[in-house]
Amino acid sequence: MTDEPPPSLRSALLVLGCPQVPVQTSIALYLINKLKKSAMVPVVAGNKAANTLLIVADPDRHYLGEVMDLDRAVAMITDKKREFDRCFVFIHNDAGISYAATMGAISTAKIFCLVYGEHYDDLVKQIDFPCTIIPAKAVHNPLPLKKALDEVSPWAA
Amino acid sequence: MGCVESMNYEILMRDGSFKECRDYIRQHFKENIDVQPGFKIFDVHLIGIPPIAIGLDRDFIVFPYTKPCHGTFLLRVEDTKEAARLRSLKK
Repeated sequence: MTDEPPPSLRSALLVLGCPQVPVQTSIALYLINKLKKSAMVPVVAGNKAANTLLIVADPDRHYLGEVMDLDRAVAMITDKKREFDRCFVFIHNDAGISYAATMGAISTAKIFCLVYGEHYDDLVKQIDFPCTIIPAKAVHNPLPLKKALDEVSPWAA
Repeated sequence: MGCVESMNYEILMRDGSFKECRDYIRQHFKENIDVQPGFKIFDVHLIGIPPIAIGLDRDFIVFPYTKPCHGTFLLRVEDTKEAARLRSLKK
């Protein structure tokens, strides 16, 4: 038996984009599962539609933990009331780039940008802030983005 | 959306990229300031790629407002106190 306290769990924030591209909800649940298996506490932040898609898909909360409004998450991080070890930003449009850059500026978390959708390559070219980019041409089929995510394995230590 | 929804705002640009909004402010408002993401204006924490430009024109404030599904809007809001507060940041 040891007197050392248990190490505190690491946390990860998933910043959801507009849910109009179908792969987002699927990959978010996949990522949450991987993070939990790696002893990380995932927290989801999105707008009402993006959050509701996840909540309805996981009614017994097998995967989902805390879910919060995206504006509230930005406010809490900016005001230093919350912080996370990792931050995964879902990007398929210009707004997604803006949210990722914001997270990079206000948070000390390690930033991962999941860039997908029809024009993912154009979006990747716009990312000039420190982060790990996980790109894939994925719209309806989540497998290309899952493969890209698996190759980076951001849930690993 | 916070209190922005209840404001009497004018939309100067919609469906633009964040960079287009920043360029518009710098080109059309001689008086402008740069702030960092998360900067609070009214009760809104600004979203964007640093630096974020805010334009000032008398008592009018022009700033980018980003939502995940609708991109970045350029809003123009009249507020004497907030304009004065922003001007004081330049000193």
